[in-house]
Amino acid sequence: MTIRLAGESGDGVILAGEVVTYAVSRMGLKIFTFRTYPSSVRGGPCLYQLRASDWHAYSQGDLLDLLVAFDTEAISSHAQDMKPTGELIFDADRTPKTYSSLPKHSFGIPFTSLAKNQLAFPKGKNMIIAGYVAGHVGVSKTVLEEVVRGKLGTRGGDIVQRNIAAVELGYGLAPKEVKPEFPRAVPNKIVVSGNQAIVLGAIAGGCRFYAGYPITPASDILEGMANFLPSFGGRAFQGEDEMASLGAAIGASFAGTKSMTATSGPGLSLMTEMIGMASMAEVPVVIVDAQRGGPSTGLPTKTEQSDLDHALYGGHGDAPRIVIAPGNVEDCFYQTVRAFNLAERYQLPVLLLTDQSLAQLTEGMPNPDLDSLTIIDRERAHLAGGAFQRYAVTHDGISPMSTPGETNGEYIAESVEHDEDGRPSYRPQIHSEMTAKRFRKLETAAVELGNDPLNVKELPDSKAKVGVIGWGSTQGAIHDAVLRARKKSIRIRWLQCKLLNPLPKAEISTFLEGLRKVLVPELNYSGQFAKLLRVNFTIEPISFNKSEGLPFRADEILRKIEEVA
Amino acid sequence: MAFHELGLKNENVIIVSGIGCNGRFPHNFRTYGFHTLHGRVLPIAQGINMTRSGLCVVGIAGDGDAFAIGGGHVPHAARRNPDIAYIVFDNGIYGQTKGQPSPTTPFGYKTKVTPDGNSENPIDISKLALAYGVSFLGRGFPGRPNHLAHLIAQGIAHKGFALIHVLNPCPTFHDTWKEWAPKVIEIGSEHDSADLDAAWRLVRRQDKIPIGVIFKQKRSTPAEFKATTPTDTKTEMNELLKSFR
Repeated sequence: MTIRLAGESGDGVILAGEVVTYAVSRMGLKIFTFRTYPSSVRGGPCLYQLRASDWHAYSQGDLLDLLVAFDTEAISSHAQDMKPTGELIFDADRTPKTYSSLPKHSFGIPFTSLAKNQLAFPKGKNMIIAGYVAGHVGVSKTVLEEVVRGKLGTRGGDIVQRNIAAVELGYGLAPKEVKPEFPRAVPNKIVVSGNQAIVLGAIAGGCRFYAGYPITPASDILEGMANFLPSFGGRAFQGEDEMASLGAAIGASFAGTKSMTATSGPGLSLMTEMIGMASMAEVPVVIVDAQRGGPSTGLPTKTEQSDLDHALYGGHGDAPRIVIAPGNVEDCFYQTVRAFNLAERYQLPVLLLTDQSLAQLTEGMPNPDLDSLTIIDRERAHLAGGAFQRYAVTHDGISPMSTPGETNGEYIAESVEHDEDGRPSYRPQIHSEMTAKRFRKLETAAVELGNDPLNVKELPDSKAKVGVIGWGSTQGAIHDAVLRARKKSIRIRWLQCKLLNPLPKAEISTFLEGLRKVLVPELNYSGQFAKLLRVNFTIEPISFNKSEGLPFRADEILRKIEEVA
Repeated sequence: MAFHELGLKNENVIIVSGIGCNGRFPHNFRTYGFHTLHGRVLPIAQGINMTRSGLCVVGIAGDGDAFAIGGGHVPHAARRNPDIAYIVFDNGIYGQTKGQPSPTTPFGYKTKVTPDGNSENPIDISKLALAYGVSFLGRGFPGRPNHLAHLIAQGIAHKGFALIHVLNPCPTFHDTWKEWAPKVIEIGSEHDSADLDAAWRLVRRQDKIPIGVIFKQKRSTPAEFKATTPTDTKTEMNELLKSFR
């Protein structure tokens, strides 16, 4: 079922949505969420969408089974997204009795006056609504209360009691429908957002220093790191700007600690010079870009996939870097662990691209098995001899590193072109040999990462003549669309690319072979991924570019597939 | 000389430089170092210091590196008070690029960019440092090398952010030696370096250029960072994951 809560920013829509989500998840359903809110602190429309299913939910759902409207504008904006059989729950106090276009199955409850008069707690309106929705979909009361305590437990005074009273009031009012039985066993899973999964993946991957500057939609990562790293012996640091943040992360990594920063498009622009420095000085570092509508200040709270060109090529000179784009929340965890491994092994900056919708939506994922993770550290130099060459030209391009504090390992990390000892040099052969050495690391990566399961996700069909190829967070919507297309007997295969540089050429080549039509959906205006494919393969992709600040809906992609097939 | 005075070992010292004539400075030593970007010495130096507090971090920058492009980082280093010595070589010109005006170039000075004379008022690095609230300000002059070496040693030894302002004439593009040398006087024991008002009086002097420790205050530095991971990382991680059920 797909549920959407909508209201004005400041009404508590998001918290209500989260309470329902966690409760439904603990009842055993698989969930996928999406949220959007305006870029001001109060005022402007705000929505939270939840899709719950007993089979895997890949995207945020298309038409709504249930719309929960906190005010009239929410009804007028979202009613057209309801299924014909969909239900509307609305605040009777905020909707005039003369409102004519109410959908067929509507329930008006005076939530505002209930909060004010019955509870003397006007701000508790959102929790009454959350309780009502939870009751309506059949969540157990115990689980609901558990979730509220979990969410608000750290707040002082009688806040928790008042909120419990509010959800209980709403719960009691809801008509208890006969809903499909919730699965009995609660599986071993966590419910996290893309940003939270990145924080957890980073810590699991060995990150012990984080430096960042607040920016929507990546600020959660800074906050998560600041809260969690100290208990692992690490520290997070808020820099005075993005250059300070990435600079500090690079300094910390040079000094021996795995480090990371996260930002969005405007911050990535500011960090560009530093990325080049990390590439030239060969310092491992992980940079997360939670992409948003651009260019410039753009649409801070809306989603887009338009930083691919920047991630791949941004910055002056030939500066090698690795680019990864996770496909969903679970992927955010494992690809972040991978990002650290790659940064350490190849001594390069690794850019991890998500976007606003993936950064902030929550999904259930199986609890990570920490014992199954492989952690890679930088190759350490043997320093007995005393003739250490930090930038030694090796067959694979990777030069063993020393760490400050180690005797005989002294070197100067250089942003200027340098010889094998790290001494500045402008000699012609030196520049071409050293540039080749730095790029050789990418070639080594391409070989070592060949056919790694984290490169791409596929639904193969060797007989298909039509293929869809996407990248990063459009994974869920495309997956849903392809499954539905197959149900309509369309022969189609799909590949979602998660490693953008070095591009997994073997896997993509094999995928493209024999296809007559290749559809490339992406959330940007200029078709950046299609361009990358054109450069590397002889195909004429059919671009399906959307740049509305919203994620794809599965049915949009399905319609395009049907058009193309 | 300063390193010797302090008995530091090569492997425990990191010299971080920016861009300019001072960029190659680390290569004069056999310590660790990082030749970074223009204006970004402080971020990299702080990243090193925040994660390896036992090592000695010295930042080197020119007046343009530290106060033009890098100017935004100075007040924040002063606020945080990391245990870093920041040596700013002030020659009142951009020498590496052969003679453009810098933030400390005097009003009226003729350069390639200001053929009719510099129309911008210069900043005063020592005054800015005090205004930003650094916990250690020293000023030095290469004409008194022993004095300068000892001053640098004191700055490095100071537990906190030490800004050492070196009036460093560029003989090629802005020779201020003859102007500065006669005015230089060494600060004596009559000056109480813990007295901020006295410090301001020193830096406001126009008739003389007092050199030495101008201001020094004991202040807390960012918390110690333990680079070693706790032995029960897995347990800690599992506890953290549980909170997301």
